Amino acid sequence: MTTTTIGLPPATTRTSPNRALVWAWRNKTIVAGTLILLTLLGVAILAPWLAGDPLQFEPINRLKRPSEEFWFGTDQFGRDVYSRVIYGTRISLIVGFSVAVLATAIGLVLGVVCGYYRAVDAIVMRVMDGMMAIPAILLAIALITLMKASLLIVIAAISIPEIPRVVRLVRSVVLSVRARPYIEAAIASGTRNVRIMVRHILPNTVAPLIVQATYVCASAILTEAGLSFLGAGTPPEIPSWGNVISLGRTFFQIAPWIIFFPGVLLAITVLAINLVGDGLRDTLDPRIARRM
Amino acid sequence: MTAYILRRLLATIPVMVVVALFVFLLLHLTPGDPAAIIAGDDASPAEIEGIRRKLGLDRSIGEQFAIYVWNLLHGDLGTSIFSNLPVMTLVRQRLEPSIVLAIATLVVAVAFAIPMGVIAAWKAHSGIDRVVMGFSVLGFAVPVFLIGYLLIYVFAIQLRWLPVQGYRPLAQGLDGTLRSIALPAFALGMAYMALIARITRASMLEVLSEDYIRTARAKGVATQWVLLRHALKNAAVPIVTVIGIGFALLISGVVITETVFNIPGLGRLTVDAILKRDYPIIQGLIILFAGAKVLVNLAVDISYTFFDPRIRQ
Repeated sequence: MTTTTIGLPPATTRTSPNRALVWAWRNKTIVAGTLILLTLLGVAILAPWLAGDPLQFEPINRLKRPSEEFWFGTDQFGRDVYSRVIYGTRISLIVGFSVAVLATAIGLVLGVVCGYYRAVDAIVMRVMDGMMAIPAILLAIALITLMKASLLIVIAAISIPEIPRVVRLVRSVVLSVRARPYIEAAIASGTRNVRIMVRHILPNTVAPLIVQATYVCASAILTEAGLSFLGAGTPPEIPSWGNVISLGRTFFQIAPWIIFFPGVLLAITVLAINLVGDGLRDTLDPRIARRM
Repeated sequence: MTAYILRRLLATIPVMVVVALFVFLLLHLTPGDPAAIIAGDDASPAEIEGIRRKLGLDRSIGEQFAIYVWNLLHGDLGTSIFSNLPVMTLVRQRLEPSIVLAIATLVVAVAFAIPMGVIAAWKAHSGIDRVVMGFSVLGFAVPVFLIGYLLIYVFAIQLRWLPVQGYRPLAQGLDGTLRSIALPAFALGMAYMALIARITRASMLEVLSEDYIRTARAKGVATQWVLLRHALKNAAVPIVTVIGIGFALLISGVVITETVFNIPGLGRLTVDAILKRDYPIIQGLIILFAGAKVLVNLAVDISYTFFDPRIRQ
């Protein structure tokens, strides 16, 4: 752990097509997950060209089965479910990515500070213990009921409950690194605290943090969908997968496709992210891999 | 032993204090006037004033928190703004379905996941192992509502084996309750099952490579006996931990599952509270769920002493 290995394989640095292929074969899950994610990203960016207007409603076409014209059928307002699902990809990816970045960044800062300063540690960790006792979805619901619904609030509300786990992870890494001789040497030679934290401790947290960030991302996407499904998430006028599913609830028995298509896409997205996460965990940290 | 339990018990106090403080401060740190937020967009100034007085928001913050904690200690979770009933009363009315659902899910998940994990570890890298691992990856990705609606579609609408939605109280007979809770328990239990199966497999794999397992086999102990008595008991600590951690997952899932299956439990209470912006109910439920989670963790900690006597010291 003295040198930071960000598990990028030698194959990608020393480019030789053969070795790249060998690496890809060994890391099938990362490759498969990444390919799915890139496709979804493409869909999200190209949404205006791939789909029609997700908000346009034609009452004549209410609750139409999937057909040539409406690939995923229509909802109770005659809106094209396919268009709504395609646009929904954007919301899920934005939420997943933003929450992963936000929660990891805040968690990283708190975790490093906690691992380094014992006095701060005692207080912050008690707060984290308390936050971890609150079910994530309820904490998010409480925040959203108290504020006006907007995508930004949803992102913030989902990020907060994700922070404690990141803090714990970073803190445990910092604590184990701190005990190492080279940190002692750095302290003895008069290096400033901030410099020790940034230069010597931070790099060690990178590998486990990347893995953790993928899981945060997957869980954020599921939570956003869950919140929207419950009516406490993304404002209903925005076509997110959770909102589409939420509207499909009433007509589930006669129009199951409204729930089915966004639900399956949601599952595929989360699966892809988890595949990347599991793959990264196995390559970056064999120790955790064995434990899982 | 008693000292260990007592120490664990005391450790739950600061956690609950932080939870109470957090829930309390949430209302006060949110930008804007809490009374106006709770009253909603089209409330008149008089209504806002009424809510302010009812919630005691006109007092100082310290005083408010003291009153809040004092009330909590007396089992008073606050009063619903919309129905004017104590949150505790509302909770009591909705408690049964949620507890039945939680227990049924726990039983279903553990009953399926542990055998799955044990067999996968025993037959590591075989076809069965791959199926179990595949399931555990998939079970984690598929959202509760998708599984829920798929189960309803197949077992209730197509096959007509089980009721589509709703809940039959225990008072009307166990049979009806079990039938109404079967699909929700499986839907909610899927992710939980995936988690427990994965950890059971990993933990068993580790234990099965130990010398004493080889010794047991060498002296001719029957395979199932080795797996259960020698391996599973020693692999239990991580498994029990994950069952405890997973309980949190379960609580969050309860809210969504109850909405999918139209079960009038605490989850429905939460959803109704969201629609009416009835913050005291949500506040009360957070305290309640957090308390439940802390108690489960405590039970998990205590159960360690059974599986691993070294922890008792």
